[in-house]
Amino acid sequence: MGTKRLGKYSKKYSEYISAFGVVIIFYIIVQIMAAAHVLTSSFAGQLIPVCAYAIMAVSLNLTVGILGELSLGHAGFMSVGAFSGVLVYTNFSAFMPAWAAMLCAIVTGAVTAGVFGILVGVPVLRLSGDYLAIVTLAFGEIIKNLLNAMYLGVDSAGVHISFKDAASMKLAPNGKTLINGALGITGIHKASTFTLGIVLLLITLIVILNLIHSRSGRAIMAIRDNEIAAQSIGIDLTKYKLMAFVTSAVFAGVAGVLYALNYSTLVATKFNYNTSIQVLVFVVLGGMGNITGSVIAAAVLTVLPEILRVMKDYRMLIYSIVLIIMMIFNQGPQMIAWRKRFISKIRENHSTGKEEH
Amino acid sequence: MSLLEISGLSISFGGLNAVSNFSLTMEKGHLYGLIGPNGAGKTTIFNMLTGVYKPTGGKILLDGENITGKNPEFISKAGIARTFQNIRLFDALSVLDNVKAGLHNRISYGMMTGIFRTPVYSRKENEMTEKAFEILKIFELDEKADLKASQLPYGQQRKLEIARALATDPKLLLLDEPAAGMNPNETAELMQTVRSVRDQFGIAILLIEHDMKFVMGICENITVLDYGKIIACGDPASVRSNPKVISAYLGGN
Amino acid sequence: MQFLGHLINGLSLGSVYALIALGYTMVYGIAKMLNFAHGDIIMVGSYVVFFLFAKSGINPVLAVMAAMGVCLVLGVTIERVAYKPLRGASSLAVLITAIGVSYLLEQVAQLAWTANPKNFKSIVTIPPISLFDGQLIFSGETIVTVIACVLIMVVLIWFVNNTKAGHAMLAVSEDRGAAQLMGVNVNATISLTFAIGSALAAIAGALLCSSYPTLTPMTGAMPGIKAFVAAVFGGIGSIPGAFIGGILLGIIENLSKAYISTQLSDAIVFLVLIVVLLVKPTGLLGKKINVKV
Repeated sequence: MGTKRLGKYSKKYSEYISAFGVVIIFYIIVQIMAAAHVLTSSFAGQLIPVCAYAIMAVSLNLTVGILGELSLGHAGFMSVGAFSGVLVYTNFSAFMPAWAAMLCAIVTGAVTAGVFGILVGVPVLRLSGDYLAIVTLAFGEIIKNLLNAMYLGVDSAGVHISFKDAASMKLAPNGKTLINGALGITGIHKASTFTLGIVLLLITLIVILNLIHSRSGRAIMAIRDNEIAAQSIGIDLTKYKLMAFVTSAVFAGVAGVLYALNYSTLVATKFNYNTSIQVLVFVVLGGMGNITGSVIAAAVLTVLPEILRVMKDYRMLIYSIVLIIMMIFNQGPQMIAWRKRFISKIRENHSTGKEEH
Repeated sequence: MSLLEISGLSISFGGLNAVSNFSLTMEKGHLYGLIGPNGAGKTTIFNMLTGVYKPTGGKILLDGENITGKNPEFISKAGIARTFQNIRLFDALSVLDNVKAGLHNRISYGMMTGIFRTPVYSRKENEMTEKAFEILKIFELDEKADLKASQLPYGQQRKLEIARALATDPKLLLLDEPAAGMNPNETAELMQTVRSVRDQFGIAILLIEHDMKFVMGICENITVLDYGKIIACGDPASVRSNPKVISAYLGGN
Repeated sequence: MQFLGHLINGLSLGSVYALIALGYTMVYGIAKMLNFAHGDIIMVGSYVVFFLFAKSGINPVLAVMAAMGVCLVLGVTIERVAYKPLRGASSLAVLITAIGVSYLLEQVAQLAWTANPKNFKSIVTIPPISLFDGQLIFSGETIVTVIACVLIMVVLIWFVNNTKAGHAMLAVSEDRGAAQLMGVNVNATISLTFAIGSALAAIAGALLCSSYPTLTPMTGAMPGIKAFVAAVFGGIGSIPGAFIGGILLGIIENLSKAYISTQLSDAIVFLVLIVVLLVKPTGLLGKKINVKV
């Protein structure tokens, strides 16, 4: 029993090893490049976005690859996390050390995104695939539109909010405008660091991998593989669908805070349908359900367009083609059958005559 | 008090009476059969028993508890497990994980325990693994524990589905055409398995089957359904020689 | 009186939604998939009409017919190349592919015609009708849109119920396997469905842009999604349902825009979807589809 079980454990932990390994190796390589002064400024500028997008991809994979539902509004959760996190950081750092303000910001972003995850998830997760996708897309757009039209300010009388224009806020002249409609938030102090990004990514990986390899993860995957059978063995569909969806949203919020505190301005239109599709491409290309794949795909596809200038203009076009081709080749029944025949033909040619099962 | 008391169970879909006035009493540790021509309403009855459909009339009492119209999750916890006409396994999960999924409500711990990997996690996971292996051994699937469920041959997929159902620790097991697609050897093996499950676990088993040798071979009591109504109910010998059954189903054999 | 005006405008918007919804509902009922790219086919049709009519001065009717031809070919090609290989695959895979196609169309349009809005010239030449001393004005576009929608729906219902091809569509939507065994050419039927849906999309695009003259590569996306909501509202798979759903949704949206807010009108439209799906998932006129357990 001993050696057999060992084999099983190493299989289970291989996912942890590969995911962590990739992240740590990436971190080490970057540090070496920095020390050797070969780190270009454009590449350095991509480091934090890479971490943020990797967190986005891993969290979306939880919903798409592990739960098996298509969420097209993931950018919306990134957005609410970003805005709430930036507001907290900017205002707390006045009376708190930077690291404490950052911690508060991240927690705030995560919790806010989580709350929105619940608000969206509760009505949406009762729907089946197609409808769910449409509604999540709709919510992503609605969140973007609302944030884009939001005027938020604070003065001695309290907090003011308006969705019409700045004047409707009725803010006192000495009040502070926090969110300025389409102009968003300006004058942000860039507090994110690459190390922070790596740490957050590692935390995301631990939490999500631990969730997958647990009783709850099994329940979520059971729902994905066969919802009716999952129900018949007493799994609470709503609870576990919500669990996956909200956890996804929480980490999208974390990614949002990390991302937003890397720039001096934050506008709602930055987190739009394009962003949601991009992250979906990372997940599909990396392999649905493959956590390490999501990290690698996010990193490569974020960095590559910077390196290949040519690719930048055609990036989204290439992504759309990638989606179509990946789906047809991986999931098309004819393709799968053809691949099986192909592989067994190769096995035949290489077999030494031994019986193979 | 009987284990399961079904009285006057009926359901209609859009004006069509799929099942009318179905009644049956089942005791622990006995094997019951439900047969009838295709479309007679057998799976519909299973679906009502497991909460997939809500009956339009009648009552279902499990150990005295009224479970009529409750949802599948409730009924699974109350103690009814089933397999499906078209095998429904968790294809991407391993054989072991399929059974562990069945243990979901028997050995449980929360989401946070799983994320933070407290000692409770290790203890309960090990408990689940051991219990799951126990069950797999009964079905001789323990050697294949790490294979993906979709990699098993058909006959073993059937067994895995039954194993998963047993993991829920049911009082009543519903098997929907378990011998479908099996050759005579596999069928004989399955008969043995079903008998030993009944003996080892002391549960009641109700099965739908078209394979007459199977049904007549192991069932103690057989109910015959035609157009949603019971046309006969009794031991195999009496059912086999019942003229109504012969004309409706057995075709004069 | 103002209310009546908003109502009529809502009727016009709703007619466009109805035309688009017809395409969605037919494809969903017969090919059992959500053609996410449908909204973008509308956009392509609009651009064709724009370039032929507004830019080159070709007769508007001919321009629309050309657009119908282009969209028809586009729709059938997409079906054959992207959707057919995935018949039998999980619905998640089909959905992702459809999103890929939709995105592809948007990106190609953006590369070809840039994101700069084009000023669409209305294809309608009928002057507006003015009632009650100018208190109530129906624009020519509104009149043409509503009439076109009703006509098309009537023709479509006649077609489905009275022609061999139409019966084939009904058969495939009921039970694809059985239809095939009965000799129905399933591939041709599905292609025909996409062809009709796409051709209708071209008309919808021309009329949509006649009423709302800004044309960008993203013009089709939101109306497409809302038309899907309309199709679900009316009962997915039901042609009269698409019509009623479209009209009602257009009215709801327009009244929301007028009396609540433009931002929130979108949210309200999707709220309708959620309420419908939670309360009566089959929509107003739809049939219940049972999953075999």
